[in-house]
Amino acid sequence: MIPGIGTLTQDTLWCFSQVKGTIEIGTTEADIISTVEFNHTGELLATGDKGGRVVIFQREQESKNQIHRRGEYNVYSTFQSHEPEFDYLKSLEIEEKINKIRWLPQQNAAYFLLSTNDKTVKLWKVSERDKRPEGYNLKDEEGRLRDPATITTLRVPVLRPMDLMVEATPRRVFANAHTYHINSISVNSDYETYMSADDLRINLWNFEITNQSFNIVDIKPANMEELTEVITAAEFHPHHCNTFVYSSSKGTIRLCDMRASALCDRHTKFFEEPEDPSNRSFFSEIISSISDVKFSHSGRYIMTRDYLTVKVWDLNMENRPIETYQVHDYLRSKLCSLYENDCIFDKFECVWNGSDSVIMTGSYNNFFRMFDRNTKRDVTLEASRENSKPRAILKPRKVCVGGKRRKDEISVDSLDFSKKILHTAWHPSENIIAVAATNNLYIFQDKVN
Amino acid sequence: MLSKGLKRKREEEEEKESLAVDALWLDPGHAAVAQAPPAAASSSLFDLSVLKLHHSLQQGEPDLRHLVLVVNTLRRIQASMAPTAALPPVPSPPAAPSMADNLLASSDAALSASMASLLEDLSHIEGLSQVPQPLADEGPPGRSIGGAAPSLGALDLLGPATGCLLDDGLEGLFEDIDTSMYDNELWAPASEGLKTGPEDGPGKEEAPELDEAELDYLMDVLVGTQALERPPGPGR
Repeated sequence: MIPGIGTLTQDTLWCFSQVKGTIEIGTTEADIISTVEFNHTGELLATGDKGGRVVIFQREQESKNQIHRRGEYNVYSTFQSHEPEFDYLKSLEIEEKINKIRWLPQQNAAYFLLSTNDKTVKLWKVSERDKRPEGYNLKDEEGRLRDPATITTLRVPVLRPMDLMVEATPRRVFANAHTYHINSISVNSDYETYMSADDLRINLWNFEITNQSFNIVDIKPANMEELTEVITAAEFHPHHCNTFVYSSSKGTIRLCDMRASALCDRHTKFFEEPEDPSNRSFFSEIISSISDVKFSHSGRYIMTRDYLTVKVWDLNMENRPIETYQVHDYLRSKLCSLYENDCIFDKFECVWNGSDSVIMTGSYNNFFRMFDRNTKRDVTLEASRENSKPRAILKPRKVCVGGKRRKDEISVDSLDFSKKILHTAWHPSENIIAVAATNNLYIFQDKVN
Repeated sequence: MLSKGLKRKREEEEEKESLAVDALWLDPGHAAVAQAPPAAASSSLFDLSVLKLHHSLQQGEPDLRHLVLVVNTLRRIQASMAPTAALPPVPSPPAAPSMADNLLASSDAALSASMASLLEDLSHIEGLSQVPQPLADEGPPGRSIGGAAPSLGALDLLGPATGCLLDDGLEGLFEDIDTSMYDNELWAPASEGLKTGPEDGPGKEEAPELDEAELDYLMDVLVGTQALERPPGPGR
């Protein structure tokens, strides 16, 4: 199998690689991972958690001695991105939970990423320091000032190696532009602008300017009593810096062109699938609400995730998706109970692999699913400590919907709905995936022969 | 069904009922659904939705998506409820349309708190047809809000005190508010629990009107509207 080309044929076997996080039961909520993202080269993997922390893992260099074992991810930097805030005017606490992290493409030795909570986006610079200057004239080695009168000779300070130190500094803070909760951020392909989307509005920012932003989408009705729809996700086109999409709670996707007008309230394209009358229920709208939208790397397709399915849309066809994959259709008959316990509102994300041939999304019971778009094969895998022996091959799981349950199957009624895989990430060019299971981060790789 | 690690919020009986009706939700047009048990099921789903709305509004800052989805679902349920399950007539308090225009944005917590008590009683008596007009919201941050929290008179604020930093000179704004709506016993805390089943009421034609207004009212208050917001310009 050619590494880097992802195809989920029978030959692809996924193996456990690493797990990060504690094993104890009764985890603190602050440790729950809320976002996972590889950078553009896959060298770095960032996670954000409910406690407002960002942890960045770096892949170790592959040594020539161990070609059979791909580089592992080790902690590179940890920092507190957001703190809880108090809005005095509204008497409300603003959560420090990191909703999204997005990397900027690397342009120099430092790494830059955007992280956001409900209200504020921050640009962080992560840089290494492995040298320090020595031999100052006016200070001694401890930094104490010297009396100039005692200096009789001058020297040029030199840079000497030191232990590697990784520093994260906030370079920009983009605040006070969102009344509602930010659900998405997306870096534009021009690398000069990015957008942030909340429930009702989308703002366009320039990285250099923090005290103002352009509002490019506003779906807030004049009378809030007429509000029936909110924005759920938004993303820029990977190549066309004027194009972006946003999804809604009614299962629609709008593609907008910023060249058409400054305020993109009128979409260029409108993607919606007609409702299937045989599946109609009180919960039809809730389960059609799109929780994530992602452009393919090629920019030709968009993928959307709603409660029960993942759909792939061709940008040139608005009236229906070209592909629909059932993630956990066995839940369709349980919607009432899932409504009762609020699970029906869970927001699952979805990701493409590097070649856009396989898509992945999470489910319950720490299961996650992969769909091969070419072979139409799919597989269900589990992120669990039991399958966590080094290089252990993950065994496909199966949910039994009724009738006789086979030995390795699990019945729908035994699924643990508190174990949900909402956030996953796929390395941009290799078959390495990161799966967030509550407070643990699992890294899986395909088996290298 | 939903096993380990999951807290059950409702009483066991109600759980069983909701589980039993799971299968019915697939097709409200199905023959079985048209009969009496589904009406009870619709009603219990309605109660559940109202509970969710109530709970959502009690949050300092409700999750807008959750709120909108629950309200839309409530509307669907109401629309499908059988004619005999129509709502009881309620004497409408006199209109106070000007109130809304005068009410400025307060903290959402204050509104939520008042909405919470409102919803509690909604479950007893539906169709509070006379709804206050939309309340102003704060608009995108950065623009001056102007006033402070309205003092809602007889309504007790259950949420955190909002008045500390805000003005107290707004009495004049509310002089023309009709407080009879707040003075009547509808606002007494609920003691009997939620309504248990469909209630007799006016004919089908009347019910939708009441429901619409009532749901509109819910939406009004929970997120508010802007009395003073200027239309967004091409850029800021």
